[in-house]
Amino acid sequence: MAYDKFNILKSTAVPLPIENVDTDQIIPARFLKATERVGFGDNLFRDWRFNSDNTPKAEFVLNNPLYSGKILVGGKNFGSGSSREHAAWAIYDYGFRCVVSSFFADIFKNNCLNIGVLPVQVSPEFAEKIFRAIEKDPKTEIEINLPEQTITIPASGDKESFDISSYKKDNMINGFDDIDYLVNMKPEIQEFASNLPL
Amino acid sequence: MSKTLFDKVWDSHVVRKIEGGPDVLFIDRHMVHEVTSPVAFLGLKSRGLRVLYPERTFATADHNTPTINQHLPVADPLSANQLKALESNSKEYGISYWGLGHQKNGIVHVVGPEYGITQPGATIVCGDSHTSTHGAFGAIAFGIGTSEVEMVLTTQCIMQPKPKKMRININGKLSKGVTPKDVALFIISQLSTSGATGYFVEYAGEVFENMTMEGRMTVCNLSIEMGARGGMIAPDETTINYVKGREFSPKGEAWDRALAYYKSLKTDSDAVFDKEYTFDGSTIEPMITYGTNPGMGMGITHSIPNAEEVEGGAATYAKSLNYMGFHEGEAMMGKKVDYVFIGSCTNGRIEDFRAFASIVKGRKKADHITAWLVPGSHIVEKQIQDEGLLDIFTEAGFTLRQPGCSACLAMNDDKIPAGKYAVSTSNRNFEGRQGPGSRTMLASPLVAAAAAVTGVVTDPRTLL
Ligand code: SF4
Repeated sequence: MAYDKFNILKSTAVPLPIENVDTDQIIPARFLKATERVGFGDNLFRDWRFNSDNTPKAEFVLNNPLYSGKILVGGKNFGSGSSREHAAWAIYDYGFRCVVSSFFADIFKNNCLNIGVLPVQVSPEFAEKIFRAIEKDPKTEIEINLPEQTITIPASGDKESFDISSYKKDNMINGFDDIDYLVNMKPEIQEFASNLPL
Repeated sequence: MSKTLFDKVWDSHVVRKIEGGPDVLFIDRHMVHEVTSPVAFLGLKSRGLRVLYPERTFATADHNTPTINQHLPVADPLSANQLKALESNSKEYGISYWGLGHQKNGIVHVVGPEYGITQPGATIVCGDSHTSTHGAFGAIAFGIGTSEVEMVLTTQCIMQPKPKKMRININGKLSKGVTPKDVALFIISQLSTSGATGYFVEYAGEVFENMTMEGRMTVCNLSIEMGARGGMIAPDETTINYVKGREFSPKGEAWDRALAYYKSLKTDSDAVFDKEYTFDGSTIEPMITYGTNPGMGMGITHSIPNAEEVEGGAATYAKSLNYMGFHEGEAMMGKKVDYVFIGSCTNGRIEDFRAFASIVKGRKKADHITAWLVPGSHIVEKQIQDEGLLDIFTEAGFTLRQPGCSACLAMNDDKIPAGKYAVSTSNRNFEGRQGPGSRTMLASPLVAAAAAVTGVVTDPRTLL
């Protein structure tokens, strides 16, 4: 599925300083019944965001008008649990283009990269700095520069670089996905398959 | 150069290494189910792509199926629609389809091994994180996202950076009443839910060597709960005896060739792991979880730790205990239980039901307990009947449901109501995992049985 290209993103951010946020919280299983990739943003963090009668929970950050933006800043071990790509879809569909955390679960990170959400892993200290900056001023902007692989808090000048494989980086900048690459390899794959033990 | 078991299987499946990027990995076996595949098939359609090797993919319906009255049409229109999509996609692309009512239908990670689709030394993926289960056979098996399901369908490959390697050794003998589930919950409690992120785990040592295939599957199944991509155990006689003669296992000459391959699958004695842990199996107790991730577990006789004793932020810890309605320092034993669930790809195999039966035999279900006994497949269901376990269950006041994921993820009607406590043999105790507001305590089939007959959290060793 094609997605928007990613280059430099400057935006305010939404803080969610909770650890081990699992994909069941990001999108509960009962919202996985769709057969098309539409509308998942409405159910992002469903049970943290809404009461059982569908009224918004005022204390949850997505319902707080002070916070908004295209960047979600989560606590350590973000995206653990189920492999559901729906979690990444929900984040993208809600309007986030980047998730920042000091640690990501593997499958979630992969899923994000495959659909155009940039996972930016920062040091625990830098994550703390972001949380504190946003706490002080919810309008704090964060700048993600993918070509340079840096994340900056322009107001304070704090800056850190982050890792991403050069292959995935190119994909994100150009809006390509792995399928494009693999489809071009078909003859090589078929040759390989004919020599396998199983 | 000396290699680990993981290296051997991985390296022999790399089609191409991308400079500064992932490996292109060939996938031998692919399983799909109704929930994570529809958008992948849509992707194929919109790009005009076909399935490259339909014979390497198998489809079963399990996540979103009812566990009673499976002969009736599925009542929920969204679920029915998703099941129909799987059926029509499978037909259109020539994929084996084991839908509701099919004799081979069941939980994907239970039926795969039962029919011999799972093979030592294979690469196996499925759009479900507990695909790690198949690692019990010495396969590299892991969960993938829907974009990757599409990749495998159309190219039989995915792109993955090679994970780091970890070995977990457990020696010694397990005590009575301690099951493979307890071993897994123990490991996760030691490493935490993110302790193995970025790694592929090999389990080694006497405890695993002495385990049955069912037990090994339970352990490998839970690898993902400590963040590992997967876990595996070197194939041995136990593995080969299990695999031999199954419907999709190699036959005749192909079997001889396969056997030679299986026997080559072990870690070289001087191979190096990036990380290694060793535990003494005799110190493991029956385990239970008290919080909202599988790492928040402890021996059943212990008390809930204080925030300072656990890793992670105090705020997250408080939120978790608050959700569960528990407090620091409390004992778990004697806590009231409302629901008991035995089933899932973690503990929905015949051995799990035998364990459950060993405690409920001659006892009665506690009056206030609602119990859901859900076999992982029709084979398990039949074994339960044939071995007389069903009679034991019936006499004790339990009924048996039909195969499926059921309350493991509560996509169907099997939901634990808000605020209620469940002792569950499944794999996740996340907030709302078993229904909005549900409170889950993960444990073994023995602990589940002990709770089912006493109505409270009980040490199963007192009932054996
Ligand atoms: S039983 Fe649970 S964990 Fe296993 S495949 Fe089904 S939903 Fe996934």
